[in-house]
Amino acid sequence: MSKRPGFLAYGLLSAFLIGSAYPLWWSFVVGSGTNATRGETLPLIPGGNFIANAIKVFDAIPFWKALLNSIIVSGVVTVSVVTFATLAGYAFAKLRFRGRDGMMIFVVATLAIPTQLGIIPLFIVMRQLGWTGSLGAVIVPTLVTAFGVFFMRQYLVDVIPDELIEAARVDGATQFRTFLTVAVPAARPAMAILGLFTFMATWTDYLWPLIVLNPSNPTLQTALGQLQSGYYVDYSIVLTGAVLATIPLLVLFIAAGRQLISGIMAGAVKG
Amino acid sequence: MSTTLTRRQRLSRLDVKASPYLYVSPFFLLFGAVGLFPLIYTFVVSLREWDLLKGPGEWVGLDNFAAVLADRFFWNSIFNTISIFVLSALPQLIAALLIAAVLDQNLKAKTFWRMSVLLPYVVTPVAVTLIFTSMFNEADGLANNLLNLIGVADVQWKHDTLASHLAIATMVNWRWTGYNALILLAAMQAVPRDLHESAAIDGAGAARRFFSITIPSIRPTLIFVIITATIGGLQIFAEPRLFDVSNAGGIGGANRQFQTTVLYLWEMAFFRRDFGEAAAIAWLLFLLIVLFGLLNFFISRRIASAEQKRGMR
Repeated sequence: MSKRPGFLAYGLLSAFLIGSAYPLWWSFVVGSGTNATRGETLPLIPGGNFIANAIKVFDAIPFWKALLNSIIVSGVVTVSVVTFATLAGYAFAKLRFRGRDGMMIFVVATLAIPTQLGIIPLFIVMRQLGWTGSLGAVIVPTLVTAFGVFFMRQYLVDVIPDELIEAARVDGATQFRTFLTVAVPAARPAMAILGLFTFMATWTDYLWPLIVLNPSNPTLQTALGQLQSGYYVDYSIVLTGAVLATIPLLVLFIAAGRQLISGIMAGAVKG
Repeated sequence: MSTTLTRRQRLSRLDVKASPYLYVSPFFLLFGAVGLFPLIYTFVVSLREWDLLKGPGEWVGLDNFAAVLADRFFWNSIFNTISIFVLSALPQLIAALLIAAVLDQNLKAKTFWRMSVLLPYVVTPVAVTLIFTSMFNEADGLANNLLNLIGVADVQWKHDTLASHLAIATMVNWRWTGYNALILLAAMQAVPRDLHESAAIDGAGAARRFFSITIPSIRPTLIFVIITATIGGLQIFAEPRLFDVSNAGGIGGANRQFQTTVLYLWEMAFFRRDFGEAAAIAWLLFLLIVLFGLLNFFISRRIASAEQKRGMR
């Protein structure tokens, strides 16, 4: 048994924790204070203006609409990515068909391609379809990811025994039935992790929604960006907005932090 | 009776044959339409005059590429992108390795510490930028206040080129260091413990063991982290876009001192309305990312295998 680490290890981690947490706490302290609070050297105690500043945020940007839009966009994209990735990942992992290896190589090769750089034709097409300004224009370009397919394939290749699929076939189950009764239950943990990461990635996206949506119908990120677009910036309002927008993900983090950690660590071993 | 059976058999055979293609086709169709096609069509756009409002014009061959390559703002954006990338990737990797090594010890309250390093990851890049833009305020921000405390004069975080790159790199590092530490931690935990123990018995200290056992063992993961950091780092947008909006209108500084290439691409397409040149910028950036990815792959493989050879001795 290796020995317990000493003071140095905990000291280092504590310092890192302070560095991670203080900027958030500082934002809350300044957001609940006045614009003068920001000038203090190391403010620690929150003031009483948070709600007043929050109301100013709601006046400045369509916060609730943006929040709802972000939930819709991230929710739809997550369901779509997980569904199609599980279907394709299962086929690549467990079914035999002509061209399988070639197609899988294609998936792996596209993993590293920055598809974000295709925004100009994407914008031209969306405008021609008359979709600019609508949530559909944000949702459609991210309905599938190569990473999702790769991730599900890597997971399913080990967890489903071939005998199980064979047994289902002998029992006369159709392919799709086998998928539903054998593959989906086995895939559930990986689906949860993929869903969590897809949700986070869609939620944080800024460039494409900024291009394709109007300021009156934004996502949370583009709305937040508008907070400091004026000539005079009131930082206590800007920081209140940053804190408010962080709360949903903070809740998700507290609820699903363990899964997030195991997801990051699992992805590392596979990748 | 016998005909229904064969029909059933035929159906079942069709099911076995067609199902895999049905399962993979949604991915390929959608990915082709919204992922690959736009990327390829970017090249077609780059060969034409193409105004945001007026639409496509004449074919101009490689003129757009020539114009971009002769454009000093383009090279300025490439310099800024690489500078910010280096300032964020290197310290981040070193810090992540250190944190991972500490987390790999036999700690009390493991989950708590792991969650604590991941905290910044839940703050979105836009929110991170708002927070740090305020901290790096030149007149009375937290960063300058702390520097004043130890006797350093105010730094021009938003006007000075290097200082602004440092500020943006800080945002990237703050959000991603813990995330990468967890990836590296997973790889470290897969290293057999007895390898460490026998080296310790041979008299190798902690530092020695870290460099000659841990680093070579986690090589594939290290390469993975470096490659993903490269792909993400070279496309940085939200941070320079929102850093100092009030003075520079969001194009990366009054003198473009922190305008990255994706930000320049955005300005070219939607402010200057020149889709042709913007598409050329997109393609050139694409090539740069591929080039950097390959370069990093070979360098990190080299370094790691050199470490391994030393470890063998």
